[in-house]
Amino acid sequence: MNWWQRLLRRRKMEDQLEKELRFHLDEHASELIARGLSPDEARRRARLALGGPEQVKENCRVARGMRWLEDLLQDFRYAIRMLQKQPGFAVVALLTLALGIGATTVMFTLINGVLLKPLPFLDADKLVAVNGQSDRWNAEIFGEQNVAYLDFIDCARESRSLAIAAALYTGGTVSEPGEPEYVDLREISSGLFSVLRVPIVQGRSFLPEEDRQGAAPVAILGSGFWQRHFTGGDAVGSSVILDGKRYAVVGIAPAGLKLFGDEADIYTPVGQDTARYLRNRAAHPMHVVGRLQPGRTLSQAQSELAVLGHHLAEQFPDTNAGRTFQVRSLRPNVGNVGSKLWLLLGAVGLVLLVACVNVASLLLARAVSRERELAMRAALGASRGRLVRQCLTESAMLGLAGGLLGVLIAADGIRPFVQVWPGALPRAEEVRLDWHVLLFAFGVSTLSGLLFGLAPALRAPFSNLEQKLRTGARSIAGSSRRLHGIFVISEIALAIILLVSAGMLGRTLLHLSSLDAGVDVRNVLVTRMALSPATLADPAKTRAAWKDVLARARNVPGVQSVATVDTFPMRAGDNEEGYWTSADVPPTNKLPFALLTSVSPDYLNVMRIPLRRGRFFDDHDTLESTPVIVIDEVLAQNAFGTQDPVGKRLWIPDMGYGGNVFEIVGVVGHVRHWGLAGDDQAKVRAQIYYPFAQLPDGFMHRWSELMSIAARTEIPPLSALASLRSELKGVAGDQVLYEVRTMEQLASESLAEQRFLSLLFGIFAGLALLLACIGIYGVLAYLTGQRVPEIGVRMALGATARDVIRLVLRQSLGMVFGGIAVGIVTALAAGRLLMHTVDGMQSNEPSTLILTIPVLVFAALLASSGPALRASRVDPVTALRQD
Amino acid sequence: MAEKSDLPQGTLDLLILKVVALGPVHGYAIAQRLEQVSRGVVQVPQGSLYPALHRLENRGLLAADWEETESGREAKFYRLTRKGRTQLETEAASWQRLIDAVGLVLKLSEGGAE
Repeated sequence: MNWWQRLLRRRKMEDQLEKELRFHLDEHASELIARGLSPDEARRRARLALGGPEQVKENCRVARGMRWLEDLLQDFRYAIRMLQKQPGFAVVALLTLALGIGATTVMFTLINGVLLKPLPFLDADKLVAVNGQSDRWNAEIFGEQNVAYLDFIDCARESRSLAIAAALYTGGTVSEPGEPEYVDLREISSGLFSVLRVPIVQGRSFLPEEDRQGAAPVAILGSGFWQRHFTGGDAVGSSVILDGKRYAVVGIAPAGLKLFGDEADIYTPVGQDTARYLRNRAAHPMHVVGRLQPGRTLSQAQSELAVLGHHLAEQFPDTNAGRTFQVRSLRPNVGNVGSKLWLLLGAVGLVLLVACVNVASLLLARAVSRERELAMRAALGASRGRLVRQCLTESAMLGLAGGLLGVLIAADGIRPFVQVWPGALPRAEEVRLDWHVLLFAFGVSTLSGLLFGLAPALRAPFSNLEQKLRTGARSIAGSSRRLHGIFVISEIALAIILLVSAGMLGRTLLHLSSLDAGVDVRNVLVTRMALSPATLADPAKTRAAWKDVLARARNVPGVQSVATVDTFPMRAGDNEEGYWTSADVPPTNKLPFALLTSVSPDYLNVMRIPLRRGRFFDDHDTLESTPVIVIDEVLAQNAFGTQDPVGKRLWIPDMGYGGNVFEIVGVVGHVRHWGLAGDDQAKVRAQIYYPFAQLPDGFMHRWSELMSIAARTEIPPLSALASLRSELKGVAGDQVLYEVRTMEQLASESLAEQRFLSLLFGIFAGLALLLACIGIYGVLAYLTGQRVPEIGVRMALGATARDVIRLVLRQSLGMVFGGIAVGIVTALAAGRLLMHTVDGMQSNEPSTLILTIPVLVFAALLASSGPALRASRVDPVTALRQD
Repeated sequence: MAEKSDLPQGTLDLLILKVVALGPVHGYAIAQRLEQVSRGVVQVPQGSLYPALHRLENRGLLAADWEETESGREAKFYRLTRKGRTQLETEAASWQRLIDAVGLVLKLSEGGAE
């Protein structure tokens, strides 16, 4: 029988116990009567033999293991009565806890969804990622390396321990059905969906024979694209025109499917792609995933792939020497969000702690005034453990009720919070309340209940009962005053940690916003652009098309100057290459690296980057002229020190044209490519610009897929967008602008994270400060109340109101400065943690610390002024008579 | 609050199990039977009999049903469960071993004194 069933059958059980004992007594009595005793005497003897019926019953209940349950129920009812008697206390305590637990639960829900949940695939623990590994690859700068398509094909064929599949990120323009739209494209191997065990919701997955050159073009639509263009209707069997080619739709991917980043619009078989770089083992564009075959382990797969890599290196020494593969478990890719989430959980944890301390000190104040009641219960025979348990039941109940409210707050607060997260939270779709979260909230609530309940509970009296009963509630032990002091000190200390952190973040934000981005961010529009697919086939046509785009854009009203650019400051995407200043170039992993940007001549004017030396590009830099580059001042300093770089040459071994040697014709100012916050700590900061016009024909297609245009405007940039769109849509109307931003937006977004964190920390710090003030007020009001007789004596002996105020404030300030001392030491440690986690964080300056002190002292004085004034108005006569 | 029993610790449980093993029986009868069978040597304090019964029932060694007695009153009749029977066998065996061992030791010391 379970305990809850027992609980339900408690009444019945009691009846039966009663009946059983009555039966015993009756039997015994009737036997005694039979022996000749009078009925009364017989009953008396029988009762004596059995012992006190209540005692026996109680022992039976203990034997059944129901005692604790009875006690719990009793404590529970008692706790509710006590809370009902003091609704003010109950409301303050509940709200405080609900806020603390709610905020903590929201943060944990995020952590649970983003970091802890496994990937949403069937048997996700069997999935692995296959990466390239090479001694020439600087993994510290570039992260993990992808895999060459042909290498992937060989591995997929040879591997016995893994079923592997691959995907390639691309994009294209869909011109039918609907308006021309640039779409996010994944070219995938035919096995991808089955390796991931992702079901196709309509139609079918790709067949192996479709994953080959020359096969009929087929496509699977992403769920979002299908909803947009087919409104969720029949699509299988119809077709889409992608980059000018008609694809038969064979299937629809399930909703919310995210493989490698965002949900894709369209999937096509990668085997049909004839691009040259897919046949080149030196290019590594493929993301490769695998599923362990039944019975195989990760380490078996690792050693097998390493051997395969070795064979490929022997077979193709030119491209694969020193290159092999690496296999690891497939994890969700969430970037560096993790450390921030934990940081925020820590911060709300502090707020929750302050809340707990607050409730603890309120409870303690109550416990002291209830001392007489508890002493009475102890005198009547309650054991000490029983009294402690009663107090803990009360606080656990408060904790759980607060937790329940907190979960309700969290359930409402989680969506808005995810939405304001700067720059889309990865895996946001996984963030929701589930039983993990509920379990967490339950644990946190119980723990908080025990935490704030323990100190008051342990104070349950068990010694000097007689004295306590006599003196009653007025007696205040020194230990309780000390305990109150500790509570106030810890509240202040916790608040200081948050205040200092918020101050540091705020200062950092101010500092970063005042930084010079290296470009003039006002009135610049930047947008990616897809040329008409028809022009991409022919390099000469592509060049002409870009020239035409620039000429047309320049004529749009409001546009001052315009340029093409491949990678753009403060926006995702960059191209990094190693460089050297002489012909004896060391291996790639020994090279310094720079950011490469391919631009048209007007780029400098559009961005207003200052020219330091030499010249920028002009229309004379063409395929026929010397290959030239312009470097920024960081690279000039790194590579040439005080020498003038103009006229010198750079060797860029992986550039792939111009013999990989380039003449430096100019030096320009540094641009904060990694954003206002991130640039100073970035691993690669040096910059190289090269003219788009000098790119050889072979590069035209790929570069044109990545191209953006940047325009400086005389009017607010976004108001020029509509005319720019219509001017640039091309003869066939299939040229589109996408990912439109203003430079100001990008600069502001680059600080979004810092802004968000300082806002949150500011809120947390304010909350902690408010709670600490309530705590100080409560504790002082209580302590002063206890001292009324003493104050009365003092006043009777000649102390003035001012003396009394000073007395109370001195007590308060003593606690506050104690808290400040503890808090500042801890805040220094917290500051170091922040420096590790937040880009561009300014180091801890004394000024930030010192600024928080007057804030706290002022708040504390404000909180203590009420009790102090009240104390000063004590009437000595009444006070003395009270005792 | 445990009532002092003249019986060694744990013996009461064993005796109850044995009495109940003879057939379904109610609490009062158990007390009587214990007294009769032990010829008055074993005095079971009635106050500790019922907690012991409830403890054994709670541990699943005994089961109980309400049935009518010969006199037509309803009484709670205890009977042995399968688990209780196993427990009785092991405990009886170990009790026997203990008695034998204690007896041997006592004999030995008598012999030594002679």
